[in-house]
Amino acid sequence: MLFGIEWNTANDWVFAWSILPILLRGLIVTIEATLLGFVVGAALGLVLAALKSVRFRLISWPARVFTEFLRDTPLLVQLFFLYYVLPEYGLVLPAFLTGALALGVQYSAYMSEVYRAGLESITRGQVEAARALDISPLRIFTVVILPQAIPRIIPALGNYLVSIMKDVPVLSVVSILELLNVARIIGDRSFNYMVPLTLVGVLYLILTLVASAGVRYLDEHLPKRGIPLH
Amino acid sequence: MDWLSYLNPLMQGAWVTIRLALYSTLLGGMFSFLFGIGRLSGSAPCRWASIAMIEIFRGTSLLVQLFWLFFALPVLGQALGLDLRLPPVVAGTLALSLNIGAYGAEVVRGALQAVPHSQHEAAKALDFTPRQILWRISIPQAVPEMMPSFSNLAIQNLKDTALVSLIGLGDLAFQAERVRNFTQDSVGVYTLLLLMYFGMALVLAGLLRLMETRVGRWRARGI
Repeated sequence: MLFGIEWNTANDWVFAWSILPILLRGLIVTIEATLLGFVVGAALGLVLAALKSVRFRLISWPARVFTEFLRDTPLLVQLFFLYYVLPEYGLVLPAFLTGALALGVQYSAYMSEVYRAGLESITRGQVEAARALDISPLRIFTVVILPQAIPRIIPALGNYLVSIMKDVPVLSVVSILELLNVARIIGDRSFNYMVPLTLVGVLYLILTLVASAGVRYLDEHLPKRGIPLH
Repeated sequence: MDWLSYLNPLMQGAWVTIRLALYSTLLGGMFSFLFGIGRLSGSAPCRWASIAMIEIFRGTSLLVQLFWLFFALPVLGQALGLDLRLPPVVAGTLALSLNIGAYGAEVVRGALQAVPHSQHEAAKALDFTPRQILWRISIPQAVPEMMPSFSNLAIQNLKDTALVSLIGLGDLAFQAERVRNFTQDSVGVYTLLLLMYFGMALVLAGLLRLMETRVGRWRARGI
């Protein structure tokens, strides 16, 4: 029994059917962690991208090294670091928030590169032409660069959303009851690991296929020539 | 705190991590070619099997795969009357390499498809067999194109090895967890741990860059 829901171990199919509602509870936590991690990552990534693009080396260099550092160290270790070290400095967060923060921190490094690539994909000629027409730098950014960069950035961010979803099970180590952890607990208590773990695999497969199809749809349907912002 | 006393157990763990990363990257490379070439194969069963493997291992989480191989496979084996209990090292290596192999397969496929079609036609005109076309024309030209993506996957794989500590393999992350439990010095141990992974990744990236330039010479020039 978990979350007040009993299961029936008559045979594997009945068992699978009876634990499905429990797993869906875990799935909801997985999706929540994914979305929160994504939002944190997208925001932090934007900050990192901005810092890296600063002309002043004393700012852009540390930002670059930090991005590399975040990208080259395992999520698991970053999570442990945040989970055990933050409280020592007086910042006690609930496990779920720490987990989402760790996901966001790890992916901010990847996402900052997405922003950079998206912005750099706008040819310099356009910026020069706009400057020749005496458009202010702020307006060049908001009216010329941003509308064209956004359709290139969004699908790439979408791919990272799918990746984040696949990394959520790592959060089970800090006892967050996401999908995989729920399945493990069911396995521990029913002595049957095969059914819950296989179901988790199937649920993940469905989720990623749907999400990937969504990203592909976005990629095909976003206006390639730019989104008019006003 | 006495950081030097941490180094001995951490170094032992690092050695396990390095070996695990090496084996799983090599095995993963083999899986990449197997699934990648299988996907382009003319025979339908071969193609479908490759697609299924790629989708399953790309579409699910690595940790789920790891747990499935370690916890669920023995149960399945029992039902089939086989002993499929894998030691943690084998389960870890297998999960890591299948996962990296599924991602690598798409790299291999993309690079093979990028070889100009005229090359196939020329080879066919010279009476090369399909096998010869694959091994002597397509693959040598495709490998330099694959290298940058493979480098990223290898570094990803090095990071992913940390997950095997969750099935009780004594790798770097596992040893660090032990040291932390013993000393209660979270800040010191985890800072050191992050820096060690970072250092290993930098060394690996450097080695891969050397390999990239070496393999880059295979690139066909000026036709």
